[in-house]
Amino acid sequence: MTAVADRITGLVGALRAHGVRIGTGETVDAARAVAALGLADRELLREGLAATLLHGPGQRALFDSVFDLYFPRGVGGPRSASGDRDDLRDRLAGALAADDRALLARLAAEAVDGLGGYGSSPGSDGWSAYQTLDRLRPQTLLARVRADIRGQGGNGTGGNGTGGADFADRLLDDEIRRRIEEFRRMVGAEARRRVAERRGRDEIARRGVRPTADRVDFLYAGRDQLAELRRTVQPLARKLATRLAARRRRAARGTIDLRRTLRSSLSTGGVPMRPVLRRRRPVRPELVLLCDVSGSVSGFSDFTMLLVQALHEEFTKVRVFAFVNRLDEVTGLLDHGRADPDGLGARIRAEATLTGWHGSSDYGMALGEFAERYGGAVGPRTTVFVLGDARTNMSDPNLPAVRDIARRARRVHWLNPEPRDRWGTGDSAAPAYAGLVEMHECRTARQLGALIARLLPV
Amino acid sequence: MFTSVDDVSVRLAEAGYLASPAVATTVFLAARLGKPLLVEGPAGVGKTELAKAVAQVAGARLVRLQCYEGVDESRALYEWNHAKQLLRISAGRDESWDETRTDIFSEEFLLPRPLLTAIRGDEPTVLLIDETDKADVEMEGLLLEVLSDFQITVPELGTVTATRRPFVVLTSNAGRELSEALRRRCLFLHIGFPEEELERRIVRLKVPGLGAALTESVVRVAGALRAMDLRKAPSVAETVDWARTLLALGADTLAESVVRDTLGVILKHQDDIQKAAAKLDLDAL
Ligand SMILES: Nc1ncnc2c1ncn2[C@@H]1O[C@H](COP(=O)(O)OP(=O)(O)O)[C@@H](O)[C@H]1O
Ligand SMILES: [Mg+2]
Repeated sequence: MTAVADRITGLVGALRAHGVRIGTGETVDAARAVAALGLADRELLREGLAATLLHGPGQRALFDSVFDLYFPRGVGGPRSASGDRDDLRDRLAGALAADDRALLARLAAEAVDGLGGYGSSPGSDGWSAYQTLDRLRPQTLLARVRADIRGQGGNGTGGNGTGGADFADRLLDDEIRRRIEEFRRMVGAEARRRVAERRGRDEIARRGVRPTADRVDFLYAGRDQLAELRRTVQPLARKLATRLAARRRRAARGTIDLRRTLRSSLSTGGVPMRPVLRRRRPVRPELVLLCDVSGSVSGFSDFTMLLVQALHEEFTKVRVFAFVNRLDEVTGLLDHGRADPDGLGARIRAEATLTGWHGSSDYGMALGEFAERYGGAVGPRTTVFVLGDARTNMSDPNLPAVRDIARRARRVHWLNPEPRDRWGTGDSAAPAYAGLVEMHECRTARQLGALIARLLPV
Repeated sequence: MFTSVDDVSVRLAEAGYLASPAVATTVFLAARLGKPLLVEGPAGVGKTELAKAVAQVAGARLVRLQCYEGVDESRALYEWNHAKQLLRISAGRDESWDETRTDIFSEEFLLPRPLLTAIRGDEPTVLLIDETDKADVEMEGLLLEVLSDFQITVPELGTVTATRRPFVVLTSNAGRELSEALRRRCLFLHIGFPEEELERRIVRLKVPGLGAALTESVVRVAGALRAMDLRKAPSVAETVDWARTLLALGADTLAESVVRDTLGVILKHQDDIQKAAAKLDLDAL
């Protein structure tokens, strides 16, 4: 059991290094779970450890990658590996057509072993998922798998399709694509496992595994991570809405609550001496968003705009303005953006007038244009959020415009996606703006959620 | 309660609940480790049903606390029967207030609510705290207390301690993030949309009259809709409803016209229906 205890300790250590908070209580539960489940079935073990160690769904993908390293399917390479690419592709096509997960996993191991190795001297050799997939090219099997399945008359999952007439047939291509995607993930996991055997599991578990999307810096997030983040907008908005509702409830008081008054009157012999007050519904606040949507920070501002759009019911009014060096109102575009969040950024950049005679950010120009053309949008009930890195390409930051906005508004908050220690370096005017309005570091979706919950007016 | 993970699966299946390996494993561990089980996931994936099925196979009574915005101690724990107390107060005019007070704060005037009910009594009990995310944050403190010591103090009567700890299932649709402290008390289970194979079995179980080919197609379309980023993705409940509808319509294959006419059964928002129709290449809706 000590070998298992070591693995659990290693697994927990790696998860903690990725920011999952695991106490000793959970670790003890995990050990008890392993004792109750035994080691025979790896998938039960996976579920048991996840149930005891995790507290939310957002950590599951991370957990699975780390679990695969500490409780690998096997050790070493597969027993029968084939370096023959065509043979592998044949068998892969068969497994994809049959949607046979177990076989796909075995083929992923074979593929990494046969096609993914590089280097020959110890220390510089390893296994690469990228190289494996580049040689195997599973995505090019689509047509063949489709033909196989059509030939058998089904979708490959055991049902007896009744021939071409069925509507579900048009879903086939997407289904095959999802299976191929799953296979690519398996290859990635297998390559990580093989490398970990060579370099030490702890090292790979800490460096080779992707953090959860909400902890990735907006500035460095890739396309797929941004897409993953966009899918979290609705759940995050719901969470924030409840938090805002709770704050709102705490904020106001009003009419008499008969039931509770009666209840408290019992201590005075049934005479209602002290009326209990029910809370009053306050007027909801107004929000204005000013967003830098230039290339470097667009991932951040797109996400924030979608989040605010999802929260719009919390406010009497939300108006959103986008800028690069010119500024334009995009509230309407955002309303339509709900149906197609992935396309929002492109639509804003295509349809709004955001640039003048050059293409780089100019905060001074944009903020000045806002104060001049849309100053009326800001009143004593308005909270203004400015989103951007305050990198103004050496042009005048136009502090009077910001002062003017701050004077009209109830509150102005600036959310900056750059790490605080880079504010003021190079062409960043962050310190100057931070002297006039509250500026907050907002690098990740997690930080954004916490800030919004705290800063949004209720 | 259960001898193995398999035992959980087999017995739940007999009660009409088809458990994924994750569900069976976690239920088994919750029983083994004696910890509350927090089940989170979208609406309609069988969270509530799971608690009911566990109660059924364990031969336990099911005590359910349905949470909603504003649910409070008096709805969750216990309440004094004010009306009855006031009657009693006005009936006993010539008693001293001390005598009256002792009397009106006795068992006779107590209205036990689900948490107290589940803790008192010594028959096996499954306590279902349903849709915990709908309750306010203050409620969590109370739940945390109860789930820590399984005892409840009624100041006027004393402390009630569970002689037999209930099997506790909390569910949440993740409408609100539950507190870290509450999560730490529990084993965590996320139920998402089921794998195709499991969903086919569920449909077969709930709508046995539907042909195999049609069952398969229904599940495939549900899977495709879930991949679309809709406002509300169809859940198991909707898949089952759709299967029932198709059976009632006497459809024998999933023809395009059938899908077009019944999409409203599986999707709830008009803009979702429009979007899905476009992505599925349905003719004008
Ligand atoms: N694994 C399952 N086995 C059997 N029925 C299921 C399963 N999952 C979902 N269902 C069906 O889905 C319906 C909705 O389940 P319910 O428990 O009300 O969902 P939730 O509580 O998650 O919103 C149930 O009536 C049940 O028929
Ligand atoms: Mg329910």
